[in-house]
Amino acid sequence: MNAHGKVFKYGNDIDTDVIIPARYLNSSDPKELAQHCMEDAIHSTVKFAENVKEGDIIVAEKNFGCGSSREHAPIAIKASGISCVIAKSFARIFYRNSINIGLPILECEDAANDIDMGDDVEVDFNTGVITNHTKNKTYQAEPFPEFMQEMFKVGGLVEQTKIKLGLK
Amino acid sequence: MGMTMTQKILAAHAGLDSVKAGQLIEAKLDLVHGNDVTTPVAVKAFNTIGVKEVFDKDKVVVVPDHFTPNKDIKSAEHCKFIREFSHEKGLTNYFEVGQMGIEHCLIPEAGLVVCGDVTIGADSHTCTYGALGAFSTGVGSTDMAVGMARGVAWFKVPSALKFVLKNKPAKWVSGKDIILHIIGMIGVDGALYKSMEFTGDGLQYLSMDDRFTIANMAIEAGGKNGIFPVDEKTLEYVKEHSTRTPVIYEADEDAEYDAVYEIDLSTLRPTVSFPHLPENTKTIDEAKGLEMDQVVIGSCTNGRMSDMRIAAEILKGKKTNPNIRTIILPGTQKIWLQCVEEGLAKIFVEAGCVFSTPTCGPCLGGHMGILAKGERALSTTNRNFVGRMGHPESEVYLCSPAVAAASAITGKITDPEEV
Repeated sequence: MNAHGKVFKYGNDIDTDVIIPARYLNSSDPKELAQHCMEDAIHSTVKFAENVKEGDIIVAEKNFGCGSSREHAPIAIKASGISCVIAKSFARIFYRNSINIGLPILECEDAANDIDMGDDVEVDFNTGVITNHTKNKTYQAEPFPEFMQEMFKVGGLVEQTKIKLGLK
Repeated sequence: MGMTMTQKILAAHAGLDSVKAGQLIEAKLDLVHGNDVTTPVAVKAFNTIGVKEVFDKDKVVVVPDHFTPNKDIKSAEHCKFIREFSHEKGLTNYFEVGQMGIEHCLIPEAGLVVCGDVTIGADSHTCTYGALGAFSTGVGSTDMAVGMARGVAWFKVPSALKFVLKNKPAKWVSGKDIILHIIGMIGVDGALYKSMEFTGDGLQYLSMDDRFTIANMAIEAGGKNGIFPVDEKTLEYVKEHSTRTPVIYEADEDAEYDAVYEIDLSTLRPTVSFPHLPENTKTIDEAKGLEMDQVVIGSCTNGRMSDMRIAAEILKGKKTNPNIRTIILPGTQKIWLQCVEEGLAKIFVEAGCVFSTPTCGPCLGGHMGILAKGERALSTTNRNFVGRMGHPESEVYLCSPAVAAASAITGKITDPEEV
């Protein structure tokens, strides 16, 4: 399984209020949430929702997804067409939520340091190798623990629960 | 090697003799809860799983508190959806408007969490109940759905940071100042994936309300949970609020910590977090003088009875500055009523404050006090991220109820000692 797309690059401590502001949480419709994804990233030079394309990749620095437990944040990112989020580190609830809903996320300090806005990047989920085609460089991400790989394989926590309960 | 308090609670709920940091476990849950923002998403996931009933009707709690009383039609539809689900599944603890409160004030007050529990909530401030010596942590809606269906959740056993609190804090230094100081010291990811265990002789000076405030903001340091040892104050609180039997866990003498921090509470000053991260802390001496447009006193962090009493002590017989909108939000109906009975509501209204029904409201920019472009609020809430209370170009400053009340009088950030 691979992801391949153009990069939207962000800095440290991107919180879930920036990813999806609470003024839009009166909706739980993924498409509607996607229209407002990253809307309050006011220091970013590129408007995310207007420019994001299917397969694109988010790269950020430390503590991505901090703050609220709103699953609307990874839902909005996934519904925007983002194929993978790479960061130096993730806030724990965002990390959990992404695993649970099947949004691929990778921790990789080198990639986060080196990749810039607009770079053309490809991710091989089987090996954890991240290739930056723009800069002709590769970076090695931390592999997922087996437990999480299993969850990804079946399509997330809900599907895994169905299997455990004999409902699938 | 010994276990931390959190590890002991998790081991017991996973049916294991011991666990160690990094281990992935499945633990039994004593409580699962959600609010009007997170529960609709959880109910959809629950319905996808395909189970008919929740694992235990007494252990699933739904509290519509964020956008309630319903702020608009879409919020009303969400609330209707979760109300119907709660009634259909026969939940014992669905709290309708009129009985509800801000979830993290309400759930301990209703006696639904006691010492030794493992509880998850689809709200990041679920870590509040660590004040009771329970393991409690915030999760997302999918975890809530699976928790409702199976009564279990997966956890990566956390390592821990130990905070040894020493000596007595000064009069206007509260639990809020202590936790803001700690977040300023270790940063918003200083406790990422970890437990924050609070201990030391200084705990004897901290009320249960102070401890709820401190545990509540563990997530603002990235923590998985915050937890306090059980003492007489904890047991008294549990006895007063719950019919359930507390189970006491203590950290082993040889428990391993990633770091140990000693904090002399007697040296701390009232503390304010500047935009746009809770770690941007300044002491009141550095912060004072900055003009504000709005003051908010309340939230799951500081909407408890002692917070209301501190605010009233400062506002009694005074008028708030005419350039300031002061909004006071008690955490639960019970606290609201107690404010009326003790004469606090009269003090607030005579001082020129709004005295509201319980709601999360302005804390997350929902309703009941949204900021315009360029406006500044001083707030006893927990987050000061970009756009948190309204316009992306507004600003939120975090502080204690004492600093908020004193500043409401002067119109600018003020040391409570000076009013």
